[in-house]
Formats: sequence, C-alpha cells, structure tokens
Amino acid sequence: MGSPILFGMAEVGYFIAMMVYIGYFIFKNNATGVCATTVATAAFLSQTVALLLRWVESYSLGIGRAPLTNLYESLIFFVWCLMLGYLIIEFKYKNRTFGAFVTPIAGLALGFIDLTGISKEIEPLVPALQSNWLLAHVTMSFIAYAAFAIAFATGMLYLVLNTEKRNESSYIFWTVAGSIFLLVIAAMGADYLKFKVIGTSPEHIKSYLFRATFRSDSGFTALLSWIGALAITFSVWRYGYVLKRMIQSFGISLEFLEDLNYKLIAVGFPIFTLGGLIFGAIWADQAWGVYWSWDPKETWSLITWFVYAFYLHARYLRGWRGNKIAVLSSVGFITVIFTYLGVNMFLSGLHSYGGS
Amino acid sequence: MADTNIEKKKTIVEKIWKFFTSVKLAVVLFAFIALSSIIGTVIEQDSRPEKNIKLFTKMFGADNAQKAYKTAASLGLIDMYHSWWFNAMLVLISANLIICSVDRLPRIKRIVDEPVKPLETPEFDKFGIKKELTLECGMEDAKTKTLAALKKLGFSPNTHQSGKDIQIYAHKGRFTRYAVYVIHFSIVIILLGAVIGMTWGFSGFLILPEGETSAVAYTRQGDEHPLGFSIRCDDFAIWFYGTSDMPEKYLSWLSVIEGGVTVLKKTIGVNTPLKYKGFTFYQSSYGAVPAKEAKSLIILNITPINGKTEQISLPVGDSFKIPDTKLTGKVIAFSPALAFDKDEKPYTYTENMNNPAIYVEFNAGGNEKYSGWLVKRYPQTWDLPDGSKVELVDNWGYQYTGLQVRKDPGVLVVYAGCLFMTIGLYCAFFLSHKKIWVLLQPEKAKVKINIAAFTNKNKTGYEGRVTAVFNGAFNGAFNGLTPKISK
Repeated sequence: MGSPILFGMAEVGYFIAMMVYIGYFIFKNNATGVCATTVATAAFLSQTVALLLRWVESYSLGIGRAPLTNLYESLIFFVWCLMLGYLIIEFKYKNRTFGAFVTPIAGLALGFIDLTGISKEIEPLVPALQSNWLLAHVTMSFIAYAAFAIAFATGMLYLVLNTEKRNESSYIFWTVAGSIFLLVIAAMGADYLKFKVIGTSPEHIKSYLFRATFRSDSGFTALLSWIGALAITFSVWRYGYVLKRMIQSFGISLEFLEDLNYKLIAVGFPIFTLGGLIFGAIWADQAWGVYWSWDPKETWSLITWFVYAFYLHARYLRGWRGNKIAVLSSVGFITVIFTYLGVNMFLSGLHSYGGS
Repeated sequence: MADTNIEKKKTIVEKIWKFFTSVKLAVVLFAFIALSSIIGTVIEQDSRPEKNIKLFTKMFGADNAQKAYKTAASLGLIDMYHSWWFNAMLVLISANLIICSVDRLPRIKRIVDEPVKPLETPEFDKFGIKKELTLECGMEDAKTKTLAALKKLGFSPNTHQSGKDIQIYAHKGRFTRYAVYVIHFSIVIILLGAVIGMTWGFSGFLILPEGETSAVAYTRQGDEHPLGFSIRCDDFAIWFYGTSDMPEKYLSWLSVIEGGVTVLKKTIGVNTPLKYKGFTFYQSSYGAVPAKEAKSLIILNITPINGKTEQISLPVGDSFKIPDTKLTGKVIAFSPALAFDKDEKPYTYTENMNNPAIYVEFNAGGNEKYSGWLVKRYPQTWDLPDGSKVELVDNWGYQYTGLQVRKDPGVLVVYAGCLFMTIGLYCAFFLSHKKIWVLLQPEKAKVKINIAAFTNKNKTGYEGRVTAVFNGAFNGAFNGLTPKISK
C-alpha cells in the first residue's frame, strides 16, 4: 500500500472525525465521543505511516529526503502536528469538546490541497533547499503553527462561552470569524461535490477552489453564494447563543481554556522565534547571502511575531485576560494563515518555490 | 495640589523619558513597522521600475500610474527599507526598548535581590499553592524527608528553628526574571548589527563568465566597488535531475588572485559560499554568455576502439582526429539546449546550458561517413558506428556564474543577538522564579506539615510537581490533596 492511499484514508478519516466530533457536541453522548477519538486516532496513525512511507519512497526514487519540502508536504505535516497536539491534549485533560474546533482546521488544510491542485509528486530539491537547516526551520515552524492553531481553537471556544450580548465586540468577532471558517469549509465541500464526486472537472482550471460557489463561472451562482454567505453569517450572529448553550452543558471552565490558550502560545512563541525566524535567518544568510531581505514571507512572519509578542505583553504588563486575550490569540492565528498560505498565493518572493 | 506641582517641576529629560517608557509608543511603533512592511510586500522593493508601474497601472489606471510611482518614490515607498523614516523608526524602537527596560530594571532588581525569609505562620494561608497535613511521624524524620524533597525539586534549602517549630525554605531561578530584558536587549543588538552592516557593509553582485577575472563587484545601481583582490571563474557546471530540466546542483570553481598570485581556490555552490578578506561570494545564479562575446571551447574525450582516452579542446568550426583511424570530426554547430520538434528538426529551447550538444561531421579520406548530434547528458549519443567513442565533456566559456557579493561586518553582531535571544526565550518561557516554605510543627506524636509555594509562571505545573515530590517523600500521604485539574 503506497503513501497516497494512506494519505487519502487519513483525509477521509479526519473529515469523518470532524463530523463525529460535531455530533458529539450535539448529542453529548459519550459513545459518540469515544467514536470520534477512535476515528481521529486511526486517521492520525494512517497519516503517520503515510508520512514515513513517503520518506522511504523518496529514497527508492533516488531523491532521499524528509517529506517537508513543498507546500503539499508542509500542509500534511502541519495537519499531523495539529492532530498530534490535539490528541495529546485530549488525552491529558480528558476533554473532547474542542475537537469540533480543531478537526475543521485539519479538514480545511487537507481540502485546500485537493482543491487548489497543489502538486503531490515527490520532487527533488532545488539547490537552495539542499541544506540541513531545512529540517530544523520547517519542523519547528510547523510545530509552532500547530500550537497556534490549537490556541486559536481554545480562544474561539472561550469566546463562544464567555460572550452574551449580540452587540458585544467579542461576540461579533467570534460569530464573524466562525462564519468565515464555516463558509470556507462549506464552499470547499461544494467544490468537492461538484468537481470530484459528480466529476465535471474542467481540465483547463488548475485550482477548483471556490469554483462551485464564489468564483463560479456563472455570475448568478456567484452572486447567490455571496448573498447566502451574508445570510449564514447573519444567522450565526443571530443564533450564536444556541452554540453557547450546547457547549455550556459540558461544564468546561473558562480558566482551563484561558490557561491552555496561554500555555500553547508560550510554547509556540519561542519555537517560532527560534525555528522560524532565527534559523530561517541563518539559513538565508548561508544560501542567499542576506539574513533578512524583507521578502513577503519574512515580513509576514515578523508581523505574526509582533501579534503574539503583543499578546504576551498585554497579558504580562497590562494584565489582559478574558475576551480581549482570546480575540488576540485568534487574530494571531489569522496572521499565521496569511503568512503560510496567503503569501504563497498572492505575493511573490524568495519563498515562492514552496508554491506549487 | 501637590501632584500638579510635581508635574510642573518635571524637566524636559524626564518628559522625554516618560514618553519613551510608554507601552503605547511601542505599540504605535510596531504597528507602524508592520503596516509599512505590508506595503513593502505589495510594492516590490528595490526592483526594476517597470514592475511597480505595472502594479500602479492595475491599481490607479494607466493615466495615474506614472504620477503614483513618482509619489511613492518620493515617499521612499519603492526602497523603504533604506529610507530615512524607516530607519528612524528602528532607532525609535531601540530607544523605546532600552528605556522601557531600564525604567523597569530597578523594580525587578529589588525582587531578584530580595532574600527568601522564613514566613510567619499566618502567612502560609496567603499563597496560591498551599498544602496542610498532619502525619504520624517524628520531627527529625519529617525534617529529613522534607529536606530530601526540596533537594529533589532542585532547591538548596535553609532551615530555621523557632521554639519547637522548624521551617525549611528556599528559592531558585530568581535570575530568570531578567530573561525578558535579555530578549529586549538582544533585539537592540540585532538592530545594531543591521546598522553596522548597512553603514560599513557592501552588498552587490558579480557576473563572471568562465575564464574571466574581476577586481570589482557591482552595486545594485551598477556602480563598481573595488574588492582589493581579483576573483576568477575557472569553470562553471550544472547538473540536472535525471532527464528533467530541474537543476540538482550548480558549482563554480573560483580562484582568488592577489598580486598576480593565486592565493585561494574554492568550489562554491548554493549553501557553500567562498569567504575572503571580509567578502563572501554566494552562488546565486547562472546563465549563458551572449554568443558574440563567448570565447568558447568544446572539450571532448576521445576513445578509439581498444585505444586510450585522450582529452582535447577546440572551438566550434575546428576539426579533430580520432587516433589510429582515418576519421576526422568537424564540429559544425553547438546548441546549449538541444531538443527536437515534431518533425524531428533540432532546435534550441533555452539560452541556458540545459542540454548542451554539438553537431559533428565525420569524414574519412575526404568522404563524409556519418554525422550527428553528441549530447552531453545522453551517453548513448557518444558511440560512433565504428566503435570509437567521442564524449562531450564540457563546453567552456559559454556560461557565466552569477555571484552575490557581500561584506557585512555586522553579521556576527546579529548572530550574537540571536544567541542572546534564544537564551532569553528559554529562560523566559521554560524557567521560572520559584519559592517554597515548609513549616513543621510537632503535635503530640504527630507532625503538622504546612507547605506554601510560589512561582511566577505555570502555577498548575509547579503545584503538580510539588505534590508529586512530597508524595514520593512521604509515601503518598499527599495523594488526597492532589488538586483536581479543572476542566
């Protein structure tokens, strides 16, 4: 069995786990919870074997390198770190509730791979990437990203539980941010149905992302999608309290969420600084002859760093707690997403070989 | 009233000081840096004007593009990382970081210098981490076990006796409170290194065709910058993965010449630069030398049947003999990247040396015997029908190597800053200032044990560790007191 089949199984597994975690949310049935964990763990194991197999396969192709070198591999590795981190936390704190918040992030990342037509080939390395710094730089960056992603999930959960009024800014923040996530997942699902299941994939389009909805060739569909998106956002905002009631019955303490949120960032921040920024600078110095060149990826990493540094200072110096800090941690993760995907999609620069 | 008087008496120095200690200033400065560098990622920095004019045309229309470009240029937005206002911003940030840190240091120093003292009994209740337990054991026994437990926790405990009560107490990691300032300081050092690099450093490039020597490098604007020595490219070579056009590696053979003498020879590749007298030469690009400038040679390895291999070099148009035979070959044409189209017609698909090949005509006694392409990357093309072999080894003088040339006396300072930052981050996030007090009070045949502990970070983790170690020392007696981790 080759790595693509196992990756496929893991992908399907994470999607099912996402559904079951959401089901667990709704039915609050312990058996559903156990089922969710089992599916997530099985998918994780399948992915682990797939990663190792891909590594071995690269050797049999005569390329021989860790599977961490292009956008596809880095997304896969990000999902792996994310699920590992999540499963550790679930096991350690015996708490399944934010599985429903973490698995969609994994689903999003994997859906993104399939729909944007990122190359999945094991490709040899261009000379600039043939360095030992690659492993240290990429691994540490993605461990940090995964920590920030889980912190985002805890932050969002915190906001759901700790906001009351519809005119409260933190309530508006979580409903809008949550809606965008929901909409992106739904739109990806629609793309998937239209192009992969029903199978009318036009050959000439490389990326199917949002082609079934927002970027549809038919202007009417696109318009309808935007109207639908607004309607969904409005209803999430209008009925957000339903979610709060649903989660409240699990009896998660706010202190626990806040503490976990902080701990994840306190681990992610130094790892990101060392692996992402410092190791990146040393490597750039060796390969390109500049340790810092204000390349878009570097600039956005720095902005991400500023946001989390601000989080830490706000907490330590100003004693910020509660909603404000939860919003900050979520904003941090949004900059992470942009640093990671947005820069590759919209801006050109030295890191662009990670593109496709 | 008294307050306003003090306000009035503030000197200008104090006012400036206060301005720089404000967290708001830091937030404003960092937000400004972030915003301007976002603009910097949209407007391509330090690049050819056409690129950005194209961008402005998209944004503001063709009519306003030139005007927009001029405005952006005068604001320094085209090369903002070298603009005065961006650098002024960095200076302000350094000042802000230094003054903020210096302003807080005395307070932190007081906390660090404060000796750990025995507590009064009622003070034990004030701590976030506290345990109380009465055990059936002797005082000496409890004391030994407590001392062992504190040592296991990494403390060097002090003992204080008052009456019959014994108090054992300790602290550790108080210097980790300085870690945050080490991080702030490291940022200033990194910025200082950057300034040193910008002031006394040089960053440029050098395009060096095979066989050429240069005593200068060029700035981005195209100005010459003397190196103080000469550098020669002896050879350049590139390898590809399999039959693809994806480069596997490319290397330049460089010689450093000083006073007419070759003082250093090194083969450089991406990730392995050459360093000499403060200058570093990085392998950054490669390309083809324009045909009319090329002083080029074809290098061949000729092996007649059962004969010895012989290496020769010749320009295109010249002929060579295959020893022990009547065959002569004439190099008719050279292609840097040979390919065949649908009709089997040869063509060159790129200027670069992706698939070098020569077209050779073989004659024997004035009659053309055979002719064909010899391709460097395809050994099967080297065999001739008569059994001899002509290998296309290299084509010399056709390529140039693109070197990034840099002199940066600040880079070591930047690295030192990075090292400080790493140490600071480790101490700030993974170590903490911890204190512990254990009061032992005899109660008839029992001992009442009171534990109070403090940490400035990760309270739950520390509480769990204290409980676990005391459990180990007192045979699990603290089990019932394990705090439930709240969910």
